[in-house]
Amino acid sequence: MVDSITVNGTTHPMPDDPRVSLLDFLRQHIGLTGTKKGCDHGQCGACTVMVNGTRINSCLTLAAMHDGDSVTTIEGLGTPDEPSALQRAFLEHDGFQCGYCTPGQICSATAMLEELAADWPSDASENLEGRVAISGEEIRERMSGNLCRCGAYANIVAAIEEVAAGDRL
Amino acid sequence: MRPFQYTRAPSLAEASHLIAGKDALAIAGGTNLLDLMKLQVETPGRLADINRLGFAEIEDTDDGGLRLGALATNTETAVHPRVRADYPVLSRAILAGATQQLRNKATNGGNLCQRTRCFYFTNIDQPCNKREPGSGCGAIEGIAKLHAILGTSDQCIATYPGDLAVALSALGATVEISGDKGERSVPVRDFHCLPGDTPWIENVLKPGEIITGIVLPAPVGGTQIYRKVRERSSYAFALVSIAAVIELTDGKFSRADLAFGGLAHKPWHDQRVGDALLGQPPSDTLFDKAADILLEDARGFGENDFKIPLTRRTLRAVLTQATEDAA
Amino acid sequence: MTVHFKQDEPDNSNRLDGMKQGVLGKPLPRIEGLAKVTGTAPYAAEYPVENCAEGVLVTSTITRGEVVAIDRTTVLSMPGVIAVVDDEKLCTRAAQGTANEAPMQGPTQVCYWGQPIALVVAETFEQARDAAKHLNVEYREEEGAPLDPGVVEPEEQEDETVHQGDLVYAMAEAAHSVDVTYTTKGHASAAMEPHAAIAEWDGDMLTVHASLQMLNYNISELADALDMEEDNIRLISRFVGGGFGSKLGISEEVVAAALAAKQVGRPVRVVQSRQQVFQTVMRRSETTQRLRLAADDNAKLTGFGHQALVSNLPGETFAEPVLQSSHFMYGGQNRELMLNVARIHRMTAGSVRAPGEAVGMPALEGAMDVLAEKAGIDPVDLRLRNIPENDPEEDLPFSSHKLAECLKQGAEAFGWDKGPRKPRQRREGEWWIGTGMASAARVHNISEAKSRVTLKADGTALVETDMTDIGTGTYTILAQIAGEMLGLDPKQVLVELGDTRHPRGPGSGGSWGAASIGSAVYVACKAIREELAAKIGTSEEELELSAAKTATGESLTDLLEGKDLIREGHYEPGDIEDDYTASGFGAFFAEVRVNHYTGETRVDRMLGAFGFGRVLNAKTARSQCIGGITWSIGVALTEALEFDPQDGHLVNCDLAEYHVPVHRDVPDLEVVLVEERDGAASPIQAKGIGELGMCGGAAAIANAIYNACGARLYDYPMTPDRVIAAMPD
Repeated sequence: MVDSITVNGTTHPMPDDPRVSLLDFLRQHIGLTGTKKGCDHGQCGACTVMVNGTRINSCLTLAAMHDGDSVTTIEGLGTPDEPSALQRAFLEHDGFQCGYCTPGQICSATAMLEELAADWPSDASENLEGRVAISGEEIRERMSGNLCRCGAYANIVAAIEEVAAGDRL
Repeated sequence: MRPFQYTRAPSLAEASHLIAGKDALAIAGGTNLLDLMKLQVETPGRLADINRLGFAEIEDTDDGGLRLGALATNTETAVHPRVRADYPVLSRAILAGATQQLRNKATNGGNLCQRTRCFYFTNIDQPCNKREPGSGCGAIEGIAKLHAILGTSDQCIATYPGDLAVALSALGATVEISGDKGERSVPVRDFHCLPGDTPWIENVLKPGEIITGIVLPAPVGGTQIYRKVRERSSYAFALVSIAAVIELTDGKFSRADLAFGGLAHKPWHDQRVGDALLGQPPSDTLFDKAADILLEDARGFGENDFKIPLTRRTLRAVLTQATEDAA
Repeated sequence: MTVHFKQDEPDNSNRLDGMKQGVLGKPLPRIEGLAKVTGTAPYAAEYPVENCAEGVLVTSTITRGEVVAIDRTTVLSMPGVIAVVDDEKLCTRAAQGTANEAPMQGPTQVCYWGQPIALVVAETFEQARDAAKHLNVEYREEEGAPLDPGVVEPEEQEDETVHQGDLVYAMAEAAHSVDVTYTTKGHASAAMEPHAAIAEWDGDMLTVHASLQMLNYNISELADALDMEEDNIRLISRFVGGGFGSKLGISEEVVAAALAAKQVGRPVRVVQSRQQVFQTVMRRSETTQRLRLAADDNAKLTGFGHQALVSNLPGETFAEPVLQSSHFMYGGQNRELMLNVARIHRMTAGSVRAPGEAVGMPALEGAMDVLAEKAGIDPVDLRLRNIPENDPEEDLPFSSHKLAECLKQGAEAFGWDKGPRKPRQRREGEWWIGTGMASAARVHNISEAKSRVTLKADGTALVETDMTDIGTGTYTILAQIAGEMLGLDPKQVLVELGDTRHPRGPGSGGSWGAASIGSAVYVACKAIREELAAKIGTSEEELELSAAKTATGESLTDLLEGKDLIREGHYEPGDIEDDYTASGFGAFFAEVRVNHYTGETRVDRMLGAFGFGRVLNAKTARSQCIGGITWSIGVALTEALEFDPQDGHLVNCDLAEYHVPVHRDVPDLEVVLVEERDGAASPIQAKGIGELGMCGGAAAIANAIYNACGARLYDYPMTPDRVIAAMPD
């Protein structure tokens, strides 16, 4: 036990109350409010972060379960001065409206590009084996855990497609 | 969420001991348990974190099968090369469930123990015999669109909501269980229980017992299909789902292992349905006969009456597809 | 200095087209976008407030009756619990949009299951949430509350009633007629940011960070609820995580946070849980709608009937305005329109994106498809034949009318097949494939608005108003309007929104935000331009500004001579509202797949063509349209609130079981912006676009389902169970 969580490279002590979700730990305890609480029950994806490189819903896990883990949040992906490629693409394609689901969408998409690169299949994949062909349908299925009530989906997919195409070059 | 004592279990034996008591639960992925704890549906006083106990490996068995560690995540299982190659119905079932974020966290053992999505179970201010024995069933006279049509009781009409276990049932997998009295194995088909008069008992796990693994028999090949009918095109629980492992030899069914989700308190497996197909050439009449057997005792509760025709139609679709794929 | 402009006449001078900066209408990215994509934009619950306690609402577990006693001692002895607030000023419902007064208060009277009755305050969120679940409440329940809209005697909304000519006769004499009944289920706004507030007192001064759409009304509502002066309240909503009607009026957590903060003497944050948002804020009423259409040999309407039944709680004035666009959508001299409200004890019904047309148009446009089939003509052609010259009930001219262009341009862009239409013409594997279309209409609303514009001595500008940007693009379009008028790059325009310290805007709702506040900024900028013109001895009309210079080369900074120029624009709609019928129009085209076996429907492609006046920003306007189309998909296929028949509680109160569309439900969407100038709509010649995109789109999908597989459904949403029930063998 190291009794700490590393978030975006900075180490933080664990909360005293084991009930604290990883999401509330980020938002309330260490002030990283970029990760959003939309439902608190793993039903919207607004709280998506990467833990040791894997995307998860931070609302459905306890901070206490992440002793020694390394968490990356939206704040760790880019800043207004140095946005990531996906952040720039979201801006350019208007891949958001109210902005509340956006950090979750971008964290999710960031991890998803890695999953595509690793050729993990999805429900939309024709074949379970071999290389995954990137398509709108693949992206839509893989992003379906991130709800956007403003209805920016079409623009979000366009933004991701642009970055995914760049990655495959 | 009620306060609880959180312990990271240092060993399997210790974990068994920790959760043998009345007020204690094991937590692995936590995606279902924490959801229910926030709703105060689950109120453990002690929580044993079993995440770092090992048994997360996916490894070959001596007879050519595959052992899935209970703590392997759903994603690790779905993307494992052997699962993709030899047990595609399992990959497909997992990928049809939940979302990538949830599958990345949810474990195989936890998924088998996933609890129902019944609206009345998850709302502590409503009656539910499963959550509060004797309080009644809100769903029978209420909103029951998601609910069961097979194996129901007057106490409970909830469904088991998962996908993974439906595929495991079709594949004839076995659950490995460890407890203070040693280890035992239970076929997946016998792992979940029907509600009867004890709807709060959902599976055969006894106090202190923990699932350590799931064993898949040696691969049988065939055409493997997981078909999930849902209201959204992704991220929705099954209205009906079918896991099918089908083989045709000389134009006749030589294998027909079928399991059904969304119909009952457990993944539904009825040996007679597959048996009715064996040795017969595919035809709509035959598919309907199989459906007749499956749905012989089906009973709707108004809102979910549609599941009877929907199951029939979906079975026909799956068997038609399997026949075409095999040809 | 305030400049007041009341619009009594259309303004067809196209002034904004004569400006030289050339930024208005351009597809600029949102100026607040970087903050949103990097997670640095703060929403209501996210302001770091020292010593903030956490409050969690407690809700009723009975449908109707009285709270007799609350046992606070048990809860107060729990760790961290500071207070139980059951003040009689607590609100039990959210305020309706533009209410301008407190919503229902008095938490001891229970009117619906799930109604807020108290607030538990604790040191931490975990403590408060747990304690809230442990609060013992004793009720006196009043049995027999009506819950089913179909069984109570409804109240007629008389100002909606139209009896014109003789519809029964017209139906009997018609060459082609349709008499069908559609139903729609209730909808939830389900904005991604849950309703949240942080309240803080400084003496008698109250500051609330809240997630609200219309601060100009909200401040009055809150003042009324707390029985205090508006001057002592500051409301801040700089970023709002979606509204869709659910944040039009103050909701329960705002008042609860304010009362609790007063009671415990420290700031209090209250965030509603997702389940509470579903159960306590607003539902769109379910509807039952009878459509009667009578047409002559040429498929011209001779009769038009639309009757609707909706529901709400006793005491609520809001009735889903189902017939809103039916009054003027199509001709037909014999008309019968009637709206009835059933008083039942389900949660409050109120505005959810595009109240009225969101459900009225899908029913009307479904019926039009049935009529087109009966008359044997192309459904696009049927619409084109029935566009009325003038408003068929009021005999008023339309301010502008782009339906025909939208139908034509939309059909062209979509590749609409004008050939004979028969169901089940195309099958790929298990899937039937078909197309459908529908018209769109959404009334144009406009509202009084104020904004202060400062042209700063350094040559930058500042726009200030309490108007909100709920994802609609307000920040950006105001920078573009000011930039266009003042000859500035929008990057040089700082826009400050969502703070009641600024002049009162119109609020975001009813699609009136952009046209209203944009006009206020326009009025202010025009006054600044007059001042600048005077400095160089020309007229405002002649003044050309671009790149922070005049046409003759003087820079703004030189002209300003070190002094800021400040003007407050006050725009007010005038008589013009009574002289015209104003509406946005459009057309939807959809191609769907329907699974022969399972009845699952997937939208493969969808297009909308819309005419809504001047486009202020082609990027954000398009986004509003695709958002609306996405909602159309939800209305058509997945969204349905389910209420328990025993106690009326909302059963599927979360995002797992209330099915808003997910990524995979939504294909690439195409939008055709049919540009126009509507001088009667607003001084900037713009109309609203936030809602038009969902006003009828569901019918394009429903009609495509029929064309694909032959299942004619009259009940939305068209879930697999309903599709297979209607599917021919």
